[in-house]
Amino acid sequence: MKASTTRRLKLAAAHCFLIGFIALILFPFLMVVAISFRKGNFALGALIPTGDDFSLEHWKYVLGIPYEEIMGDGTVRTVQATTPVLVWFWNSLKVASTASALIILLSGTAAYAFARMQFFAKTTLLKSLLILQVFPMVLALVALYALLQLIGTYVPALGLNTHPGLMLTYLGGIAIYIWMIKGYFDTIPVSIEESAKIDGATHFQAFVRILLPMSAPIFAVVFILSFISLISEYPVASVVLQTEDRWTLAVGAQSFLYEQNFLWGKFAATAVLSGLPITAMFLFCQKFLISGLTSGGVKE
Amino acid sequence: MPRPLQLLLAILPGLALLYLSTLLYLGGRPLLALAALGFACLTAIVYLRPRAYTWRYLFPGLVGFGLFVIFPLAYTVGISFTNYSSANLLRFPQVVSYFQNETYLAADIKFPFRLYRTGGEPAVHRIALVDPREPGRFHLTEPLVLPDQAQTVDTTVVDAEALPASQPLGLREIIPLRAGLQNLTLRLPGGKLVTNTGLRDFGPRLPLWEHNPADDSFVNTRTGEHIRPDRETGRYVLAADGPAGPAGTPVGPGFRAWTGLDNYTRVLTDKGIQGPFLRIFAWTVVFALGSVACSLAVGMILAVLLEWKELPFRKVYRTLLVLPYAVPAFISILIFKGLFNQNFGEINLILDSLFGLRPEWFADPLLAKLMILLVNTWLGFPYMMIVCTGILQSVPDTIYEASAIDGSNAVHDFFKLTLPLIWKPLFPLLVASFAFNFNNFLLIYLLTGGGPDMVGASTVAGQTDILVSYTFRIAFRDSAQNFGYASAIATVIFLIVALLSWWNLKNQKV
Repeated sequence: MKASTTRRLKLAAAHCFLIGFIALILFPFLMVVAISFRKGNFALGALIPTGDDFSLEHWKYVLGIPYEEIMGDGTVRTVQATTPVLVWFWNSLKVASTASALIILLSGTAAYAFARMQFFAKTTLLKSLLILQVFPMVLALVALYALLQLIGTYVPALGLNTHPGLMLTYLGGIAIYIWMIKGYFDTIPVSIEESAKIDGATHFQAFVRILLPMSAPIFAVVFILSFISLISEYPVASVVLQTEDRWTLAVGAQSFLYEQNFLWGKFAATAVLSGLPITAMFLFCQKFLISGLTSGGVKE
Repeated sequence: MPRPLQLLLAILPGLALLYLSTLLYLGGRPLLALAALGFACLTAIVYLRPRAYTWRYLFPGLVGFGLFVIFPLAYTVGISFTNYSSANLLRFPQVVSYFQNETYLAADIKFPFRLYRTGGEPAVHRIALVDPREPGRFHLTEPLVLPDQAQTVDTTVVDAEALPASQPLGLREIIPLRAGLQNLTLRLPGGKLVTNTGLRDFGPRLPLWEHNPADDSFVNTRTGEHIRPDRETGRYVLAADGPAGPAGTPVGPGFRAWTGLDNYTRVLTDKGIQGPFLRIFAWTVVFALGSVACSLAVGMILAVLLEWKELPFRKVYRTLLVLPYAVPAFISILIFKGLFNQNFGEINLILDSLFGLRPEWFADPLLAKLMILLVNTWLGFPYMMIVCTGILQSVPDTIYEASAIDGSNAVHDFFKLTLPLIWKPLFPLLVASFAFNFNNFLLIYLLTGGGPDMVGASTVAGQTDILVSYTFRIAFRDSAQNFGYASAIATVIFLIVALLSWWNLKNQKV
């Protein structure tokens, strides 16, 4: 009898702790949702905006819908964003998904060679890739800038202030993905491909028709991990993309929170609008991701 | 016989590279053109030669890696030995051609001009210059649209009959066209250049400097001043004392000069740099260690708690706890930037109404550091929780049974039994997490931007700056744009992190 009471007490304590902790975790998110529906850019007001406090102005702003604002002297002016946040969202989506697809292509083929073929200095090469990759892109910016400037002089579509140029700079970040995909290939028995080759398949056919379909889960993991890390990428995008209409979300969202011009409400609406789909996607793919993460990938 | 895909992979990039090579060659970059050509050959060899089979798979990835990781790394290490900065921006040949292109207006000769309008929208004009030495001779341009940026145009020598039939424009019509006229440089036979000097005349431009190719020195054609390049400071300087200043006075724009280890020794000797650098370095280590320790502690407690099989709703809890990891980092960091805001932030609002406190999160160095650690723990614990859960699940339950018989408690079990078992697989992930936080640019830059600023530093340096954000600010957010010094720090950071990950890999026995 006594044992079960202490156990029940323990359970209650655990629930209290977890609920309290989760409340702490969720507090910033709930605040931001509330702020996005509140009039003006100040924090004063109830947690759930009602009546006079409630306003869709920030949402209209980020979606690019014109709305009327009453100025301090009583006059009314129509406000419309020059670059709706949706444009940045689309830019981010475009850059992150295309670059991730290309990253899969590059790291998948390289991983196949590392997993299935023998060649000179294989382990040394793989290790060197992993070590060199720790050079952060922030520090390489001077060089990346010069490189894009040079490329842009001859092929303007790949130069500074272009999305393909930005995608190109992201293609270097493949070492960790090669490592993850190779690890997955290693768990698939070679015998299946061998028997296909006996039946007359070439190396390439064995890779594309047999190994690739069996490795779909790891490609999903790599795609999502790379997508998430690229969507959050700020330093390179902020230097490469110079005009407002080309910005990605990470660059654009930041522009609302300058010390002199603190547009808290507009930022909140932007954060909810852009955070929701990405978060939903992450939670949806969680099962895949956790297996990928524990095998050594660190979110960047 | 090559297959279609093989041919495609060999020929398409090959053609593209050949095209690029031609463009580079025409653009005056013969070495780069040669490199592109070599690359085209390499692509063809890799995709056509049967012996290079393995490399067909590695090639695209390695090219991407080489171009966007290894090249920037080598380039950065290279500039760390130079004085590349906004004051020494150009390459030496560019500065030489800057002096070669400097001209002055010879005041004594004048070419009166006539402007003819020969076409409509946009207005097309022809300009005729009267030759001052032979008044019957004219220098006439083809019909042109007056440019909105500098442009050089050729002329041909004609006599009066060949001039356009229409009346030349009067002064009143020329006045609105002045801006366009001033952008024009006309080339006379023999290569002499003339530019617009007023509403009536053009005048010849003469080179200001005479180049001596032997030592790349220049002599001023008007004053006779002699300047020579100083390869140590990256400036052209006066060779002798003169009216413009004593010998050694810099003239014109600076160029990138090889300065050896200067950028590295500055860190050790320059007081205005050494102090801030060491403080930033110490804070970087404290920040990275503190972040790993705090998020590990929180993540581990939650992971152990959620491993308790009798606890209901474990799945729901786990999903909610992963949330900070699922939201893109730039969004959560900026949310915290707003919440912690001194005047409008919700956190100060709550603290104010509860305790009457309004801490200055962004102005007080200690509070700013505390805030950074709090936010980073919030961002980082889900990752630790996920990792710890994964490792904990591999610990067999049977080890606890023996200890339960002995009557020990849960805390004792954890430290004596579980921790030693999970430490080995956990450690490399902690090192990786340390390395990641060591370079956690996004957090610092978006949350505090490095501020509050340090007093007495000779470059931009903030109390909460870590090495990467410091480097970024030196290179991109400071007016001096000291790329050389920034690259030296970048090289040091790279060495530290590379050593760390090399050591980590060695322990993992890849």
